[in-house]
Amino acid sequence: MPTATFRIWRGDAESGKFEEYTAEFAKGMVVLDAMHRIQAEQAPDLALRWNCKAGKCGSCSAEVNGTPRLMCMTQMSALPLDEPVSVEPLRAFPPIKDLVADVSWNFRVKKQIKPFKPRTPDAADGTWRMYQEDVDRVQEFRKCIECFLCQDVCHVLREHHLHDEFIGPRYFVYAAALEMHPLDVEDRVGELKKAHGIGYCNITKCCTRVCPESITITDNAIIPLKERVVDQFYDPVTRLFRIFRRST
Amino acid sequence: MTQYESFEYDVLVIGAGGAGLRAAIAASAAGAKVGIVCKSLLGKAHTVMAEGGIAAALANVDDRDNWRVHFADTMRGGQYVNNWRMAELHAREAPECVRELEAWGALFDRTKDGRILQRNFGGHAYPRLAHVGDRTGLEMIRTLQDHGIHLGIDVHMECTVLALLTDDGRVAGAFGYERERGRFRLFRAKAVVLATGGIGRAYKITSNSWEYTGDGLALAYNAGAALIDMEFVQFHPTGMIWPPSVCGILVTEGVRGEGGVLLNLERRRFMFDDIPENYRAQTADTEEEGWRYTQGDKNARRPPELLTRDHVARCIRREVRDGRGSPHGGVYLDISWIREKRKDAAEHIKRKLPSMYHQFKQLAGIDITEQPMEVGPTTHYMMGGIQVDAETQMSTLPGLFAAGECAAGLHGANRLGGNSLSDLLVFGRRAGRFAAEFALANQWARVDEAQVNLAAARAISPFETAAASGSRENPYQLQADLQEMMQELVGIIRTEAEMHRAIEGIDKLRERAGRVAVTGNREYNPGWHTALDLDSMLIVSEAVTRSALERKESRGAHFREDFPAKDADSGKFNLVVQKGREGEMQLARAPIPEMPSELKQIIEEMK
Repeated sequence: MPTATFRIWRGDAESGKFEEYTAEFAKGMVVLDAMHRIQAEQAPDLALRWNCKAGKCGSCSAEVNGTPRLMCMTQMSALPLDEPVSVEPLRAFPPIKDLVADVSWNFRVKKQIKPFKPRTPDAADGTWRMYQEDVDRVQEFRKCIECFLCQDVCHVLREHHLHDEFIGPRYFVYAAALEMHPLDVEDRVGELKKAHGIGYCNITKCCTRVCPESITITDNAIIPLKERVVDQFYDPVTRLFRIFRRST
Repeated sequence: MTQYESFEYDVLVIGAGGAGLRAAIAASAAGAKVGIVCKSLLGKAHTVMAEGGIAAALANVDDRDNWRVHFADTMRGGQYVNNWRMAELHAREAPECVRELEAWGALFDRTKDGRILQRNFGGHAYPRLAHVGDRTGLEMIRTLQDHGIHLGIDVHMECTVLALLTDDGRVAGAFGYERERGRFRLFRAKAVVLATGGIGRAYKITSNSWEYTGDGLALAYNAGAALIDMEFVQFHPTGMIWPPSVCGILVTEGVRGEGGVLLNLERRRFMFDDIPENYRAQTADTEEEGWRYTQGDKNARRPPELLTRDHVARCIRREVRDGRGSPHGGVYLDISWIREKRKDAAEHIKRKLPSMYHQFKQLAGIDITEQPMEVGPTTHYMMGGIQVDAETQMSTLPGLFAAGECAAGLHGANRLGGNSLSDLLVFGRRAGRFAAEFALANQWARVDEAQVNLAAARAISPFETAAASGSRENPYQLQADLQEMMQELVGIIRTEAEMHRAIEGIDKLRERAGRVAVTGNREYNPGWHTALDLDSMLIVSEAVTRSALERKESRGAHFREDFPAKDADSGKFNLVVQKGREGEMQLARAPIPEMPSELKQIIEEMK
């Protein structure tokens, strides 16, 4: 069997360093398989997250050769193996141990976004009617597996650490799914502008490129939300209308 | 004296998949203070892997459907050893639970007139599965999660429960540890809901993730509650088999629901070769009729690929055994053939089965719109589990409730696809509601420090073994040895001699587990966790094997080569497993109560 060398980040919340491991690999193996083999044979306490091993749960996010990826969907055969493959935790979040980062911030952010609020049921049977063409675009957003790769790659979080002012691509997708939901009647545009910091996004599309679910994050979620913000806050007609309404 | 952090809840829910979240929401709505403990991060539980859909007789696609048909289908699929009251409640309440999800924001695929679309699935008479492409489970768990986080429920992520605490014959709470720092946590609770899922990790080839080590079953068993139907383990007929690293990953039954066919090496549809008597009247005579059924022709009957999972899995195994398998030891599952029937085949497949398309493209380098897949059986689901009361989901231990895969009864000897997601909703809701009722009607139970100290001592013993001299065992190796043995000796086809060997094997593994050692410290240590999982896996494996030995017939997912026929007398009881006074595993037959005449009549009418 051929072998591959890995440089795996080993460390805790305070410090760490890359350590080299060599593992055999067979056809079809993914990086997560290699990590499991190293764990079972050489480093039993190697910390990592995983669950479904099929790209559906978004647990095994890590940076492979510097790129945020799901380890379970990264084929060994797609990597250059003439030099060591580096595997490290998501760097936009505080480290816990080895490949495990503290992603709890994401769960706190979600709570701050106003929940789904449906209009009163209006079909005779006490439910609603919705057509496939009306739900298609929201279904794209609801494919999100919350792997947080988009959050990891976003420079607003990664380089500028604006975690207190900016919710990140994942939560713009979440907000877009709510805002564009055919039944939802809540208004989140004010928060998107202020508390959620959508203006910080300068649409470099890094998030779209790393999304393992191929969600068109920037074009389909963020830009339309930015347009809603513009319409509500900067459109001259709307502004005049608001001034007029306030004065009466 | 054990150091721990304490928490108090009216209702503690262990597990945060569909059943756990639904239970937590229901308990919270009933006015209880609720805490959830989950082994992984929130939203990562195995519910996300459910693909095909939620079975509910909404009758949106075929108006002949109603709860009676769903009930009869569930009983037939379970070979009549189901808890009939659970099957009735499930069929009656599932539609309401699906509509509830929609009201919380779930966006199912739609019919032309704007209602929830439903698809065909194995063993269901009519198109019954509400779905979102092939990612229904993700839609469901995310909807419950996003609804639940605004209800003031405490969530303990990456936290594992090691023992349930009891006081004078009722539950008093739970004791566990959080992974990040490896510190102990004590949860005092008036009621506990177990929603820990399955046991798939006891087998080598499985669709289940590392979490599914039968924790809930072992916790309940150790606390004195009864388990039931443990011989019934579902092997899903279609798991990926190639390349080896993906072996076991699920291929949704939805592929067959959309017209996919099973072919052997000769490229022949072998499923027409063997159609069980009780399904003959409902099964298509020709390939053409089967195709029409998948395309919604109400006068057509379903193709034999959509027979129940137990039967399809055995037919696949037969083809492989008789030398008609595919190159990597499975059979072909082909959806690409529908090109002959539909001009838009490639687009249609990608729209209806997007995750299957990506899964095969990325993991196996196969384009399912062009080529057949190679598939074989994979350990998928546990029909057996904690014995519960049908109405309340309370176990035989007062204050301890169970819902979802870790509870038993609804599915009998074989679960129909799509009935698990509806199970989670219907019985998660009931468990949460009745757990809250129990909690609000009862005083706090006393926490026994001796139980806490014992659980803590057991938990840290692998570190002490590592520090002491003497022989040591690697937890990963032990787990792999158990999986290998269960796969080999207590798998799809069982015999008495092999299962006796398995019992001996379990004893030896248990002895080795006493010498398991872990290195490193307590912080986020997967080796330690693997060592702690061994206990549960051994209990569950023993319960499966002993029950399978005792059921001397073949029924549903339980197939005995030495007793290949169904036995009418064996259909009159369930097997119950309980921990004896000396710690030994006890097995007893529990007669199935007489079904009320209304239900009997429904089954007769639908025959």
